[in-house]
Amino acid sequence: MADTRTTGIPAKVTQGAKSKGGIGESTLRPDGTLKVTGEFAYSSDMWHEDMLWGQILRSTVAHAEIVSIDTSEALATAGVHAVLTHEDLPAAKNYGMEYQDTPVLAYGKVRHHGEPVALVAADHPETARRAAAKIRIEYRELPLITDEASALAPDAILVHEDRGDHHAGHVTHPNIVHRQPIIRGNAAEAAKRADVIVTGEYTFGMQDQAFLGPESGLAVPAEDGGIDLYVATQWLHSDLKQIAPCLGLPEEKVRMTMAGVGGAFGGREDISMQILASVLALRTGKPVKMVYNRYESFFGHVHRHPAKLHYEHGATKDGKLTHMKCKIVLDGGAYMSSTPSVVGNAASLSVGPYVVDDVEIEAIGLYTNNPPCGAMRGFGAVQACFAYEAQMDKLAAKLGMDPVEFRQKNAMEQGTIMPTGQPVDSPAPVAELLRRVKARPMPPERQWESSEGADVRALPGGLSNTTHGEGVVRGVGYAVGIKNVGFSEGFDDYSTAKIRLEVINGEAVATVHTAAAEVGQGGVTIHAQIARTELGVQQVTIHPADTQVGSAGSTSAGRQTYMTGGAIKNSCSLVREKVLEIGRRKFGSYHPAWASAELLLEGGKVVTDGGEALASLVDVLEDEAVEIEEEWRHRPTQPFDLVTGQGNGHVQYAFAAHRAVVEVDTELGLVKVIELACAQDVGKAINPLSVIGQIQGGTTQGLGVAVMEEIIVDPKTAKVKNPSFTDYLIPTLLDTPTIPVDYLELADPNAPYGVRGIGEAPTLSSTPAVLAAIRNATGLELNKTPVRPEHLTGT
Amino acid sequence: MDFLRPASWEEALAAKAEHPTAVPIAGGTDVMVEINFDHRRPEYLLDLNRIAELREWETGEETVRLGASVPYTRIMEELRTELPGLALASHTVASPQIRNRGGVGGNLGTASPAGDAHPALLAPGCEVEVESVRGSRLIPIDDFYTGVKRNALAEDELIRAVHIKKADGPQQYSKVGTRNAMVIAVCAFGIALHPETRTVRTGIGSAAPTPIRAKAAEEFLNAALEEGGFWESKKIITPSIAKQFAELASGAANPIDDVRGTANYRRHAVGIMARRTLGWTWESYRGTSRGSTEGVA
Repeated sequence: MADTRTTGIPAKVTQGAKSKGGIGESTLRPDGTLKVTGEFAYSSDMWHEDMLWGQILRSTVAHAEIVSIDTSEALATAGVHAVLTHEDLPAAKNYGMEYQDTPVLAYGKVRHHGEPVALVAADHPETARRAAAKIRIEYRELPLITDEASALAPDAILVHEDRGDHHAGHVTHPNIVHRQPIIRGNAAEAAKRADVIVTGEYTFGMQDQAFLGPESGLAVPAEDGGIDLYVATQWLHSDLKQIAPCLGLPEEKVRMTMAGVGGAFGGREDISMQILASVLALRTGKPVKMVYNRYESFFGHVHRHPAKLHYEHGATKDGKLTHMKCKIVLDGGAYMSSTPSVVGNAASLSVGPYVVDDVEIEAIGLYTNNPPCGAMRGFGAVQACFAYEAQMDKLAAKLGMDPVEFRQKNAMEQGTIMPTGQPVDSPAPVAELLRRVKARPMPPERQWESSEGADVRALPGGLSNTTHGEGVVRGVGYAVGIKNVGFSEGFDDYSTAKIRLEVINGEAVATVHTAAAEVGQGGVTIHAQIARTELGVQQVTIHPADTQVGSAGSTSAGRQTYMTGGAIKNSCSLVREKVLEIGRRKFGSYHPAWASAELLLEGGKVVTDGGEALASLVDVLEDEAVEIEEEWRHRPTQPFDLVTGQGNGHVQYAFAAHRAVVEVDTELGLVKVIELACAQDVGKAINPLSVIGQIQGGTTQGLGVAVMEEIIVDPKTAKVKNPSFTDYLIPTLLDTPTIPVDYLELADPNAPYGVRGIGEAPTLSSTPAVLAAIRNATGLELNKTPVRPEHLTGT
Repeated sequence: MDFLRPASWEEALAAKAEHPTAVPIAGGTDVMVEINFDHRRPEYLLDLNRIAELREWETGEETVRLGASVPYTRIMEELRTELPGLALASHTVASPQIRNRGGVGGNLGTASPAGDAHPALLAPGCEVEVESVRGSRLIPIDDFYTGVKRNALAEDELIRAVHIKKADGPQQYSKVGTRNAMVIAVCAFGIALHPETRTVRTGIGSAAPTPIRAKAAEEFLNAALEEGGFWESKKIITPSIAKQFAELASGAANPIDDVRGTANYRRHAVGIMARRTLGWTWESYRGTSRGSTEGVA
């Protein structure tokens, strides 16, 4: 696939500019071959002598009082070591990332389908499963809260009766988790200037992260009464803060180590089996392994918030946006998870990458009895982008303008003021990204035709052989999006890096120790690249991630290269200073250049900025090791005002644009995406190959929710209807088009090396671009994603 | 759960006679999924993998005697000429790994309306060879499917082979799924032209409680082709005939709404597939076809 690269103003890098395997190179992943050949040890592959298997019994109803739980028959099963309910929990009974409203095991009530109610440990997983099935639970079912109307009715039953969280005080109904309005300018007044006004109601379905490695881990009881916990997660220290109180242990007695992660996409940011396996291990005194199967995994993590979005935009005849009003309703499901932050994102990014001075925005997150929703790649910005980009096309059509030109006319740029009042203070090449995807040559028409007949692989329906060209119409669509990078709204977002430099076997070796979760994003290459660049050494050891070092924060929000990369860069530069100090002490008197402030580490040596070698690191360090552990923060942010939404809430923005080319079988309603070209500003590509991989992956995940991915919840029962890969479909290779990537490197002066978070932005614009292309092919309005054959055929 | 591993066909029949509740397993692509989901927990599994002859086929004058465990991959690769419809259907089965293991015996044993092979067995016409210690018999495919996930097998019988009529004319197969590969059928349609008998047969999958033929559509088309002298003249089928055929095929469907699709969509899609596959086979019969239409995976 063709990839092009454009360099803007380079970040000032002098140290390490000549380092081999440093930043800017596509060094290969050390775990790549292992993963491709099936040798990599994932968290589900762990084994311990004498270990037991944990099994959860989950609720079969979505909302009910628990009348009774009878575990006697399960306990009597041969091979069963423990059967636990909430009564057996040793300490705190709730956990949660932002607020501890989620029961470890349900007590009093269950609030969604698939909520953990009881827990079994047995010497074989099948024994554990069978014993769990023998637990008798009597439920008294309660009315269901399933949508905005049922949640906000004046007499609605409350999903949580006694809310103690910090949002409880300002929301307008107790079934609203959080509400974020943003008012800027005067939308009503500005609307009078509009020559055209368009409105739309949009529905975004519930997407699943669908990571391939199910939730799993191993808890080993330790002699000191603590726990050693090996688990695949996105943020060790956030887990630790939630786990320790539930075990009644001090944090230092819960020692966590990252196990092999098979994908995350936000779905491992919340706790899954961590507390449950630990409770069983403490109770039985034996190591306990837990592995969800695919079915359970669909209940084992939060999903992307489904949303209903109402938008109104106005524009003048010459194509300038006048105002925007929107209301975004996000379904948070039964527990809070990260819903408040998703609400903040949806509200603050609801305008998209456009200049609109007069806005009235309201975003709310609901408590319902649907499955809990929380973090997923794109985090609130995805749903908004789907809606505002549909609006842009509607406006352009109504004005008779080209949809790309219309967007470019209104595109934000550096200096634009966000609806929150925050200025965009680094490059925002929105118009340029659109120009680039539009300027690409179109993929050839009728690629399915060959001398041997139709190649069905190139047609909608693929190998299912549904068309040989009949009914097939091509469509083209564009979209662009804006995503914040890092944790926003005043969160104290930091990462920690411990760097050690020492001589081993006659060579200077750096060890990088962080708690950063490698979930596939490529930290394993990037961390070593940064250490090589900053310390001028070749050998870098990446220490396993664990809680013996300070928090790295979450591997999410596009923040890990920025944040842990920044922490490594910072700690390395402190190590460098220390090394130079040692060098000056030892050798300063031999050469006047040691007095210069501009000394660099390169090729295992201390060199002057003119390239003259002063001493080797081996001679400087001898048997002395230099080790620094230091926290590193991005610039502070502010919360959004609860009435006006004003505040410098975000750290950085990422921008991506897509052009989708689709072919639709208009009679059968089947879609083949032919090409999904992306242009994105990445600030600085630390590892270009990883950058392209991230953009192509994000693009594909956006395609998935455009045409197939949806967790279907029965509105009558609030039960999940398709918890399997038979019926929750994700794109196969034949569904994945050519994804040419064109990336810009316009440095953000506030970020280390100028980097910009890259993983999320392509997930935003991919979905609306595909939708726009399908609309272009069919002439249908299509206000819901995913698009199903029924929507395209009117059946 | 006991795992029975007969070394020969005779041992397998004896085991099935002794343990009528034993569930036969060959490729395991249905049975293992059901066990993993805990949808069934058979007392006995009867492993047929040691019986080599189940993975063999014989091509006779009129028919192919296709062993119950011949994997879909081999049907695709080696029986394209004799069984073109089934080869196309085989191509749509799941993933390459599954196609290397699964065979039509499993589809017939499970008798799910969504089994990919059924329409491609109904359209050419075939007989299912089943056997027990009591003896062997041939069940016409039209009598084989008796209800949702039920078939005409007696409790001591095993599926030995399928005797499928060798293609004497063009065949086609289409399946709608909401993904371009590796997808369970929303609905499927098979068609076979039989110039020797001047008949057309069809099969519909996933659009009724069992796999079915669109009999009214077949009767209409057979009469229309005969009346118009189409078989001799090889002229283009008029759009009105194709339309009527499609409508009758659509009308034969008796689908439900489920998580994979609505009943209305299924009816609609069966009609479209009927019209298109009739067009493709008829053009091929006329000799104007531009050749193979299969994707090559």
